[in-house]
Amino acid sequence: MAKDMATTLDMATTELREVNSTLQAAAKSKANEQYVITNARGSHAMACGLDGPLNVVVKGSTGYYCAGMNKEATVTVEGSAGPGVAENMMSGVVTIEGDASQYAGATGHGGLLNIKGNASSRCGISMKGIDIVVHGNIGHMSAFMAQKGNLVVLGDAGDALGDSLYEARLFVRGNVKSLGADCIEKEMRPEHLEILKELLEKAGADAKPEEFKRYGSARKLYNFNIDHADEY
Amino acid sequence: MCGIVGLFLKKDEMRPQLGDLLTDMLITMTDRGPDSAGIAIYGDEAEGSVKITVQSDTPAEAFADLDAAVCAAIDAPVEIKVVDTHAVLTLPEAKEAEAIAFLEEKGLRIMGSGASMEIYKEVGLPKDVAARFGLRAMGGSHGIGHTRMATESAVTTMGAHPFSTADDQCLVHNGSLSNHNQMRRKLAKKGVFTRSENDTEVGAAYISSRIAEGASLGEALEGTLEDLDGFFTFVTGTKNGFGVVRDPIACKPAVMAETEDYVAFASEYRAFADLPGIETARVWEPEPATVYFWER
Repeated sequence: MAKDMATTLDMATTELREVNSTLQAAAKSKANEQYVITNARGSHAMACGLDGPLNVVVKGSTGYYCAGMNKEATVTVEGSAGPGVAENMMSGVVTIEGDASQYAGATGHGGLLNIKGNASSRCGISMKGIDIVVHGNIGHMSAFMAQKGNLVVLGDAGDALGDSLYEARLFVRGNVKSLGADCIEKEMRPEHLEILKELLEKAGADAKPEEFKRYGSARKLYNFNIDHADEY
Repeated sequence: MCGIVGLFLKKDEMRPQLGDLLTDMLITMTDRGPDSAGIAIYGDEAEGSVKITVQSDTPAEAFADLDAAVCAAIDAPVEIKVVDTHAVLTLPEAKEAEAIAFLEEKGLRIMGSGASMEIYKEVGLPKDVAARFGLRAMGGSHGIGHTRMATESAVTTMGAHPFSTADDQCLVHNGSLSNHNQMRRKLAKKGVFTRSENDTEVGAAYISSRIAEGASLGEALEGTLEDLDGFFTFVTGTKNGFGVVRDPIACKPAVMAETEDYVAFASEYRAFADLPGIETARVWEPEPATVYFWER
């Protein structure tokens, strides 16, 4: 099949399992094909477990766990995504044109999750190397226990941002309602502006790196403190 | 888990479609709650009348000549509409308390009462429950529905949602309350009693008691954030509309959609897929610890 010809899978007539197994086989074949999914109707686990280069466009909104475990594939949702979008993503690009529900990009290891609207609570919880760019706002408890990667927010962040944070970098342009335990504002150094510039470009975000503040771990919570030895 | 749906119509000409639209929404939420289903529908009302919805496991015997018996007991005209295991009795508003006492005495289960609200709920798959009651054919201004996956009390008709604890008020809930026994005792001290062991009924009774004490619907819902402990996404129905509130942690999902024709609520977007004009609707997730309500 020519690379520029997209195959359409209509979920009004094709079962979810068949859609996913077709996409998974196409990803594995590494032919870099294009697929368009119509009538997604909020289905769960759409385009999940793709392991190879593939371009998938989902017309309409998706339910739980869309594009979970994604590796190398490019998945675009032309609508909003339900809870757990791109959960445990490994690489590739997942773009949500609308809003994402709770725990978007949770535990993600790599790749880019690009959310054009808002993300709700627990965005990037326990992220492990993924880059997440949210063009709108994020909800409470975002980047909770985040270990690695970058979370970029063009709008505002909700309560308890970065609670119990490890080494992920958090960049927020708007207001942060409150910082979680052990999360502090940090100096924006040239290397951070460079990372941010690259991420904003990749995500097609209309913002300047200088407009952001950086937040990170105070590293007091996850390091053993000898002064606390008596308490154990 | 549990699934919740709600639909508030802004245009009177859509009223005949309410049951049909809500039924599709309810059935879509089957895998969130396959053990029981229920619906509260706000339909036509007659000046000075009240509707009492009752349930019986032996409807053929229980509802035979029930209207005549109630009529004789309260000395007022009574109309009856039997719908499977449920019956809706319409009688003068002034005789409501007397009629409820008589019906309870006869061993009938009171599902709810009010000027416009009727409640239908049973154990079984949502599609079967909807078919038994002919929900599709029901019209009205707004309605809320629930598909149940039980956690806090047994799978019984009385454990199914919606719960009604005051005229024209009802509540559906996704989540579980952890201080419901304590709250039940507090309410009982004030003379507010519940009919089941269920946590959600306590939530409903809490909201009703606050409204009875003079709080607005908004204030009563705000109060749930202070006084109820646990996980909840609540949708509450009143004669004029419905309200939504989620606990501050907001683990339980919720999504809303609004067009010129309606405001819809559901646990998941899937439930909206068949609504007219959903492609261009404003769709958003209600914020945690924030009260939303729509009233006509």
